[in-house]
Amino acid sequence: MALARAPSLRRRLILQLLAGAAVMALVLYFAVRTAADRATEASQDAILTAAAASVADGLRGTEDGVEIDLNRATFSMVAAAGQDRLFWRVEVAGQTLTGYDDLPLPAALPGGAEPVVYNALYRDADLRLAAVARSVLDRDRLQPALIVLGQTRFGQEAIAGRLANGAALAGLAFFALAVPMALVFTNSVLAPVRRLAEAVSRRGPADLRGVDHPTPQELAPFRDALNSFIGRLRTTLSQTETFIAEAAHHIRTPLSTVRTEAEIALRRAESEETRARLRSVIRAVDESARSAGQLLDHAMVAYRSNRMDVADIDLGVVLDGLARSFAPTAELRDIALTVDPGPGGVRVRGDRVLVESALRNLIDNALKYSAPEGSVHLSLANGDGRARVAVRDTGRGLAGADAATLAARFRRGPNAGDVVGSGLGLTIVAEVARAMGGDFALEPVSGGGTLATLSLPSC
Amino acid sequence: MRFLLVEDTPELARSVRDLLVLDGHGVDHAASLAEAEDCLAAAGYDLILLDIGLPDGDGRAFLARQRRQGRDVPVIMMTARSAVADRVDALDGGADDYVTKPFEMSELEARIRAVLRRRGGAAQTLRHFAGVAFDPLAATVTVAGETRALRSRELRLFEILLAAPGRIHSKEHLCDRLFSYAESVTDNAIEVYVGRLRRKLAGSAARIETVRGLGYRLTAA
Repeated sequence: MALARAPSLRRRLILQLLAGAAVMALVLYFAVRTAADRATEASQDAILTAAAASVADGLRGTEDGVEIDLNRATFSMVAAAGQDRLFWRVEVAGQTLTGYDDLPLPAALPGGAEPVVYNALYRDADLRLAAVARSVLDRDRLQPALIVLGQTRFGQEAIAGRLANGAALAGLAFFALAVPMALVFTNSVLAPVRRLAEAVSRRGPADLRGVDHPTPQELAPFRDALNSFIGRLRTTLSQTETFIAEAAHHIRTPLSTVRTEAEIALRRAESEETRARLRSVIRAVDESARSAGQLLDHAMVAYRSNRMDVADIDLGVVLDGLARSFAPTAELRDIALTVDPGPGGVRVRGDRVLVESALRNLIDNALKYSAPEGSVHLSLANGDGRARVAVRDTGRGLAGADAATLAARFRRGPNAGDVVGSGLGLTIVAEVARAMGGDFALEPVSGGGTLATLSLPSC
Repeated sequence: MRFLLVEDTPELARSVRDLLVLDGHGVDHAASLAEAEDCLAAAGYDLILLDIGLPDGDGRAFLARQRRQGRDVPVIMMTARSAVADRVDALDGGADDYVTKPFEMSELEARIRAVLRRRGGAAQTLRHFAGVAFDPLAATVTVAGETRALRSRELRLFEILLAAPGRIHSKEHLCDRLFSYAESVTDNAIEVYVGRLRRKLAGSAARIETVRGLGYRLTAA
């Protein structure tokens, strides 16, 4: 359909589903990562505090002062965590007993038996530290002791990194799964829209029935609007046809009264001046009746071109009927109107009213522009998938004008003279030819006259 | 000839009737299908001139009903609507011919002649004058046993003259009757047709006299 520039519902739906999936994948990634960081930190903290407590247990007060018994097992437990380095500091009454005396202390000293864990930067390494407070008897006096144990975090970061990679993979996998699902969901949600569109676009141009295709509840307002539009279109189109017919009726009926009255007056009039005036009245009536008729026929042709009453038309029969219909007109001017209906069975597919309109205009032209006692010959031939109707007259010819020029609206030939005409006849012929996929040509006949050919795809 | 004119526009009906009466025909007028029914029950007609849109129905439906009832009167439909679409409908519905309003009286007469000719003609149309047997339907004159064909304009010229023998018809009058108003003709064009008609009537007592400065008249010598 021709809605290429409008935002695609399908694309919007897919993009929104994918954006949602991406956000969810990111949330998943960060959640897994945070939880992993916390878990590794908690396990390091547990080891550090346990180690610090174990070091604290080695503090003993003696008569000589405070002693510490550093248990090797304690350090090997902590060091098991990998290539991390371990720092310690044991302080009693503000004096460093052993270890690194510049190892950072916690901001708030631990109270009671609860250890404090904290981070600090030491010797260009990011440390996790645990501090445990104890009281130790130093030469009969109870002194506060602080045991600080710090460890670099390479091991923890390595574990967190591995977990984060896992989380990223999980997020990517989630997103990858979401893409085909979004496509499937979108297709399934939009399927009724597509089916409705197909049901409507499969229709022929003249099919103006309402849409009764089953549609989901959400599309019902759309379907109802479409049906109401089709209904209005149907009414408008049928009114168009009626309107054209009515308009013709309302214009032509009073014109016929004027014409007939003028004809009676002309028969009775004696003065040459009155007669001349009446003749010009009649001529004007003929011109306006003809213009009105041709305008309405032109409108009818334009209207029917879009919604043809397609049928098989036997051109021989149509041509015969038209010849019979025009016979009295030809006879009035002693023009010999002859028909060669050809091989018979020459058929075209199309709208009979359109075909007759075109042929009537061709025959009418041939008769109009022929001198009295001339001849008009209609013939029909078939070949190369084309049915050709030829109308040959012995009229005044084309004076150099070609079919394309004469088929222009309201354009009449340079030699039309005082023959009554509207300049729409050949326009109608050309439009019918176009609507039915045929073409129309005019050529001069040697020795005077014109050959008009309408060729239509035969069947 | 006797016509039934079924037409609901009163002005148009009156002027068409007047014109047909001027040409020597008898015309009954019906303004509706019901009136037309009454007329058909009471009298016989040579031809019905039937409008399509009438206050109490469609002329085409009326025609179809007449045909079903076996009434075979020739019918010419008069339509003021789109010529082609109605023609298809009218002829399919059993009409003999149709004319599009507004029509030229000479065209209507030509169509009436064509329809009656196709229908096998009415014998009473044969007219006699001064040793000439004139058959307007067959477009012939028979003089001393010899039948001669008339062309359309010769025939109409003879009809006009024959309608009022002895009366003088001016060249202008005759021109207006014989030629379409769309044609520019000189008054002399009429002399061509008078000359031809004189040759067709040769051998009979019918004479077309030239009245100098006034026109022509038909006399029996």
